[in-house]
Amino acid sequence: MDELSVNHLLGVENLTYNDFDLIFNTANQFKEVINRPIKKVPSLRDITIANLFFENSTRTKLSFELAEKRLSADVVNFSASQSSISKGETLVDTVNNILAMKVDMIVIRHPHPGSAKFLSENINSQIINAGDGTHEHPTQALLDCFSLREKFGDLKGKHIAIIGDIIHSRVALSNIFALKALGAEVMICGPKSLLPKYSKSLKVKVETDLIKALRWCDAANILRVQNERMNLNFFPSTREYFKLYGLNKEKLELIKKPITILHPGPINRGVEITSEVADSENTIILDQVENGVAIRMAVIYLLASKIKNVTN
Amino acid sequence: MSNKVLLDSLKINVLLNRLTCQLLEFHGDFSDTVLIGLQPRGVFLLDRIVFLLKDKYGIYDIKVGKLDTTFYRDDFRRSEKIHSARPTELNFEVEGKKIVLIDDVLYTGRSIRAALTAIDYFGRPSIIELLVLIDRRFSRHLPIQPDYLGVQIDALEGDKVRVEWKSKIRKDCVYIEK
Repeated sequence: MDELSVNHLLGVENLTYNDFDLIFNTANQFKEVINRPIKKVPSLRDITIANLFFENSTRTKLSFELAEKRLSADVVNFSASQSSISKGETLVDTVNNILAMKVDMIVIRHPHPGSAKFLSENINSQIINAGDGTHEHPTQALLDCFSLREKFGDLKGKHIAIIGDIIHSRVALSNIFALKALGAEVMICGPKSLLPKYSKSLKVKVETDLIKALRWCDAANILRVQNERMNLNFFPSTREYFKLYGLNKEKLELIKKPITILHPGPINRGVEITSEVADSENTIILDQVENGVAIRMAVIYLLASKIKNVTN
Repeated sequence: MSNKVLLDSLKINVLLNRLTCQLLEFHGDFSDTVLIGLQPRGVFLLDRIVFLLKDKYGIYDIKVGKLDTTFYRDDFRRSEKIHSARPTELNFEVEGKKIVLIDDVLYTGRSIRAALTAIDYFGRPSIIELLVLIDRRFSRHLPIQPDYLGVQIDALEGDKVRVEWKSKIRKDCVYIEK
């Protein structure tokens, strides 16, 4: 009988190996639940969760909302574009107002790194980070690792390459922390301008040659070029990026071994990956989406079990 | 902490045989019946009964499943004890079937209530029965009683009644932990 070592899911950096194990084991059971004819359990029927999205999202928001509803929680959604933020209200005030409506848990996506941690220190509620700027996206890393474990079993010693726009990617950082905690070897690969200067401190291999990275890895996590976070040009043209770092059939044939391909979405077909590869049998992109709901159910369920003030 | 043995392996064997015979009496060839062991400990009892049905009575075509009630419990967030979810395996339709829920010890009845709720999410069986090895009488919180019963015992509220199933190193045993 175990419980998570944390009260909030702010990142994967501070999760223990036991936390990963507990989340994956619970997600396994929820995966079975969401494949039943009635895909719901009543566990969280007395919990209300607010999804606060201060940044655009399609799949993460949908996935969280579905996970919450499958657990029978009440859900309120909040998008920055329709909010009082534009009227000058602070983040803490906005959230405190929502909590005054008796909300038990907050799922937050925000463009500023550290915003989830800031909330957890100033708000009396459980916080789940659904992406804070370029910092972390813990549930994405958890579902990526869960999907890889389904494919490989234990990740110890497995070679995982993260390819593309690393510097702007919270998915990359969370994946690095998670994969290393689970014993995998990690390589980041991309044009030098899109690799972080602090990569040494992350203790990962660094490669700028895509073919070398593909030859080395058992699985490759292909990341999107995040144009919306770029205020200057990090590479000359999309055409050149595709030529050097876009994953296509020819490059995969060159390495003469099958590798598993992940992509956190949304895919820019023809930029970081071709349609032919994205839809091929070696990709587990749709497994990632299905597992995303199960992982988020597990995280919400395990954090909710720590809310003990039932009579309040 | 002291342990007092309530049932030894010989007595448990007699009970298992009797419970299996009672199931046979009411369910015949088991064509419409589903035996469901409650995770975690009811599954061991289920395995033993299924073994007897096959080995002694030649009934091989039995639908069996495992049900985990963790997500349906009414003590979520209310109990200090945290339950770990275990696999549920019900690879058949329960609609219209006769279901026998199987657990080792019946105490407050709350696990069984959770199981009834869980089954409801899978469909509408024609009947649901309950088989337990041990019934801790006078301790029920809900109006739930077994249809097939090994023995009734009296134990104090803080006591734990444990069923140990035989393995390479030990024999079947039911004891009370004070």
